[in-house]
Amino acid sequence: MQFLNMAEAEKINPLIPHTAELVVGAIAFTLLFLTLRKFVTPMFEKAFTERTNAIQGGIERAEKAQLEAQRALNQYTEQLAKAQTEAQTLREEARAQGAAIIEDLRTKAQEEAARITATAQASIEAQRQQAVTSLRAEVGALAVELASKIVGESLDDAARQSRVVDRFLEDLEKSK
Amino acid sequence: MRELLRSGTGGGFVPPSSADFELPPVFGHNIYTTKPILLVFLSVILISVFFILASRKAAIVPSKLQFAGESVYSFVRNDLAKDVIGHDFLRFVPYLFTLFTFILVNNIFGIIPLLQFPSMSRVSFPYVLAITIYLVFHYVGIRKQGAIKYFKEIMFMPGVPKAAYILITPLEILTFFVVRPLTLALRLFANMFAGHLLLLVFILGGDHLLQGVIGLKLISPFAFGIGIVLTFFEFMVQCLQAYIFTLLAALYIAGALADEH
Repeated sequence: MQFLNMAEAEKINPLIPHTAELVVGAIAFTLLFLTLRKFVTPMFEKAFTERTNAIQGGIERAEKAQLEAQRALNQYTEQLAKAQTEAQTLREEARAQGAAIIEDLRTKAQEEAARITATAQASIEAQRQQAVTSLRAEVGALAVELASKIVGESLDDAARQSRVVDRFLEDLEKSK
Repeated sequence: MRELLRSGTGGGFVPPSSADFELPPVFGHNIYTTKPILLVFLSVILISVFFILASRKAAIVPSKLQFAGESVYSFVRNDLAKDVIGHDFLRFVPYLFTLFTFILVNNIFGIIPLLQFPSMSRVSFPYVLAITIYLVFHYVGIRKQGAIKYFKEIMFMPGVPKAAYILITPLEILTFFVVRPLTLALRLFANMFAGHLLLLVFILGGDHLLQGVIGLKLISPFAFGIGIVLTFFEFMVQCLQAYIFTLLAALYIAGALADEH
């Protein structure tokens, strides 16, 4: 302002631009614009995009994890139900099998008993038959022997008669 | 400098005038080294360095610096560009972002100690900015709708009775080609100019009172007090003007992009 006096100051119109300032303004603004557009706004946009992605990715991951957990739960529930059904079936099967085994054993035992009985009866019958046969043969022989003895002695004499019988019996006992 | 001026005019109080905005070159007689020009260059450096540092890492979890830079950027991006322009706003964000930060920093220079001069109170800078908007929104309109349709719709607004064109057409032409950029530039300039002048009045006035008789010395603190209050007020105005300028720029671009005005 050394070179301005009041008279000059009065004449200054603040609306008239200075060439130097116009040039500088244009250069400065352009410079700033180019700098910000090249170095600043793309970086901020990048940060924004990455942040959005990170948040979205996080949500997606969480959703996925939840889905997986749900699926695992379903699977476990299903498996549990299946296992329970299976156990139930097994129990019933075992029971049925047990019953069948008991029934089977009982039948077998009965059969065995019947068989043993039958065998015993057959054996008894055979022995009886054998006894009958041998008895018959022996009785016949004895009868014949007795008859021959009786015929050999006098049949009137009672004492003889009894003697004969006694002797027979004695012989019989001796022959044993 | 004012001391010189005062002594030259005999010791009376010299009210601040437009002469206070005509600052001499700092270095020699080079007209490219006046205070406002140096301030503008300083603002370019400050803004560039700050935002490059803030955005360099572009981390998902921002540092404090990145968060600060992002706040400003997302304010311009979302609250100005996205809300006003809507679809396809992203390609205008660098321009609007530059506009906002450039005006804001240069305005705030007005209350930063030692700097204390709002570069935007030099009318040339708002003019330059207005010219860029002028170019941008006409270019966008022509690109979007074709030159003929674009100018036709400006001159002959659709859906208006033919007789009304006598009145409307000159007004529309005036609005789109003269009034809009001019008011934009003048609003910013006038606010910064008046604000700085106001601060000068109270602070230089307070200073002058301090050098007066004892009674005047007592009044001086009030003048300084008002000067301080006004400084806060100026801060608000400076932010607001940066916002308004950018908002209107976004509105004009949105208007040019829209099918009908």
